[in-house]
Amino acid sequence: MASDGLHESETLAALRSEAESLKGKLEEERAKLHDVELRQVAERVEALGQFVMKTRRTLKGHGNKVLCMDWCRDKRRIVSSSQDGKVIVWDSFTTNKEHAVTMPCTWVMACAYAPSGCAIACGGLDNKCSVYPLTFDKNENMAAKKKSVAMHTNYLSACSFTNSDMQILTASGDGTCALWDVESGQLLQSFHGHGADVLCLDLAPSETGNTFVSGGCDKKAMVWDMRSGQCVQAFETHESDINSVRYYPSGDAFASGSDDATCRLYDLRADREVAIYSKESIIFGASSVDFSLSGRLLFAGYNDYTINVWDVLKGVRVSILFGHENRVSTLRVSPDGTAFCSGSWDHTLRVWA
Amino acid sequence: MAMTSGSGTPGGRPRAQRPHLSKMERVVVSMQDPDQGVRMRSQRLLITVISHAVTGGDVVEWLAQKFCISEEEALHLGDLLAQHGYLYPLREPHSLALRPDETPYRFQTPYFWTSTLWPAAELDYAIYLTKKNIRKQGALLEHEKEHYDQLHKKINHTWDLVVMQAREQLRAAKQRRKGDRLVIACQEQTYWLVNRPPPGAPNVLEQGPERGSCTGSRVQMSSDFYKREIEFSRKALGRTRVKSSICLEAYLKFSSQHSLHDPILSGCLPSNPWITDDDSYWTINAPMVAVPTKLRVERWAFSFQELLDDPVGRTHFMDFLQTEFSAENLSFWEACEELRFGGQAQIPDLVDAVYQQFLAPGAARWVNIDSRTMERTLEGLRQPHRYVLDDAQLHIYMLMKKDSYPRFLKSDMYKGLLGEAVIPLEAKRRFVHLVVLIMRLLVPAGKIFARLAEPESSPPTRAFFRGTGIPTVCSPYLQTRRTYRPASFEITSTTGLFLAQK
Repeated sequence: MASDGLHESETLAALRSEAESLKGKLEEERAKLHDVELRQVAERVEALGQFVMKTRRTLKGHGNKVLCMDWCRDKRRIVSSSQDGKVIVWDSFTTNKEHAVTMPCTWVMACAYAPSGCAIACGGLDNKCSVYPLTFDKNENMAAKKKSVAMHTNYLSACSFTNSDMQILTASGDGTCALWDVESGQLLQSFHGHGADVLCLDLAPSETGNTFVSGGCDKKAMVWDMRSGQCVQAFETHESDINSVRYYPSGDAFASGSDDATCRLYDLRADREVAIYSKESIIFGASSVDFSLSGRLLFAGYNDYTINVWDVLKGVRVSILFGHENRVSTLRVSPDGTAFCSGSWDHTLRVWA
Repeated sequence: MAMTSGSGTPGGRPRAQRPHLSKMERVVVSMQDPDQGVRMRSQRLLITVISHAVTGGDVVEWLAQKFCISEEEALHLGDLLAQHGYLYPLREPHSLALRPDETPYRFQTPYFWTSTLWPAAELDYAIYLTKKNIRKQGALLEHEKEHYDQLHKKINHTWDLVVMQAREQLRAAKQRRKGDRLVIACQEQTYWLVNRPPPGAPNVLEQGPERGSCTGSRVQMSSDFYKREIEFSRKALGRTRVKSSICLEAYLKFSSQHSLHDPILSGCLPSNPWITDDDSYWTINAPMVAVPTKLRVERWAFSFQELLDDPVGRTHFMDFLQTEFSAENLSFWEACEELRFGGQAQIPDLVDAVYQQFLAPGAARWVNIDSRTMERTLEGLRQPHRYVLDDAQLHIYMLMKKDSYPRFLKSDMYKGLLGEAVIPLEAKRRFVHLVVLIMRLLVPAGKIFARLAEPESSPPTRAFFRGTGIPTVCSPYLQTRRTYRPASFEITSTTGLFLAQK
């Protein structure tokens, strides 16, 4: 009946306005405890000196845009994936390719190295996340042992193993994240709450932690409890898609990189954004961010082909690195912090130190 | 130059969010400000004069000044503006690159701005190519010829329309002044260079797989969605927050504590493998190395988590717990971790094993948990799941953290480990070593060699001296069993890099 329809849309509008007003109250509450800016606190800290980082290795071999990469815990091997479906495992110290597999789909936007170093996971436009055990038997076809683990209803944007080879966390264009058991492919937990595609995730390093953060096209960064599937904290200050999220090494904060050309730092205990890393001359979106081991430096790869290095505490840019010839799509610091690796749409990966 | 209403891209609307385009436009607009903008001049091209031209060099200088950036960065930014079609070179633009010299450029008309995101339809492209074909009497570029032929086949049925439009536009153009004609041609050419980049040129319009946006595509903005948001906000309002000053102080403390342990910030000894191609750093910091480095042992004191994360640290902590007869706590914690992160199928067996070993009355390695937690845990064990031991695990973790861990740090065992820990010697750059090695093989006389072996004026703070007062440096490259004794000094054989320090 027509009157029912009217009633329903009124209720929807009423709900929306109540949601908005509560959000406003939340912002007010958060602001009450904000007694000082990071920049002020950081005045006591010595400024960083001249900073020189160069490309130490260039990994050539992908025939198309590199979309994602991850380090192995052995601090030298990496896995990378590209638009043409190729996933390659390199010993980046020697630049040798050790394994290669071609996925049956294009745009492999997510890849991850297993903690044991014995397997990799990847996925993209196939809406799945698959795990490939790494074998050194030359006769064995890597693709033969492929295990399909995750199933989403839209593209896979990010994936990560938890503390073991047996669980995988995924983020997808269908607006959800999910935790899977690798052996059986069983869905252990799903995480709903994003209003649009989820583009990135990172697991918390905290000691008793069972949480992770995700960022999406709804401009929100959300922190989840892995056990209950509930969102425990959310932050909505970016002006555009959040392409990358990464925890600060202590686990008390995380950084995000967005298409609005800024990177931001969010503190979990203060429950608010505490820093913005931006510059007028930086116009293009940040595609990926990562911290140095001490958390003093934030490396961010941008769609304008550059990498900017930020002083996390003082909020200023320390250095700009040129070298890539197309947008930087992925960036990770090595597990022992001796270098970081960037992957780009120019088909190459570079290791900087 | 009218655009025909294009067929549009399949799949509907162009992506609404391209914030970088509107930002570029703001820059371009301020570059054209009559007072504060880039210096405009009239550019002579053959026999015509084009007004409102700028040189590449001026553009770079303006950007460098306006944004307080280096010339290199300004050139990079200016080049991106050109690649996106906001600036075009006046002299026959085949490529949209910015040159930091006297090369003349002009700003693209807003009509053709990339942000308008015209569908750049096939029909329009066909008309453009046809015009060019007619004007240049068939001398199109290679890739343009290919496209032309393809389009001719594809939309053959409307080709009469194409040719007619092309001729009409050319005729209308002839009625304009030569200067205007040239400018319009450049503008149009730039537009097509952006929308149909030649092979090898980057496609600046490519965005990757389409993303949904907030306004309704993938997730339903239903009443459930809003109810969840309201629920979430209510909970969040009730949460305790910490003052910013306290949180931010924590960053300062963390960063300063860890700064010497950050290789990118402070370097690492003997050297960063990526810089010197020497992977000794990884060897001496291997996960289960016999003698850990001093920095590594120091890190165990930063937090309990750091100690547990390090396999060597954890092993020593286990040894310590054994002296206190509480090693079962750590073993229990490890078993719980295995359960939490293990495979789904292993859960029932693991839970049972943990119960038998640690929780059952009279168990061999019974852990001391408070009665309430024990009760809750045993209750939960009836329906074992991955998180069933969480409470017990947390209790034991806190016990170790607050009780055993501080005692460990004060213990003789830990102090001894700190004392025995090694500080690696700084290895010099590979090139110097290589030279030294080569000279050594070629020149038996010690004197020349001695001169070469003198350290560079900057750093090595850790070379050690032998007898003659000429510093020698231990190096992984001079690894040899023989000791070479030239007249004036000696090199010891290197069995390792390390200088144990009390």
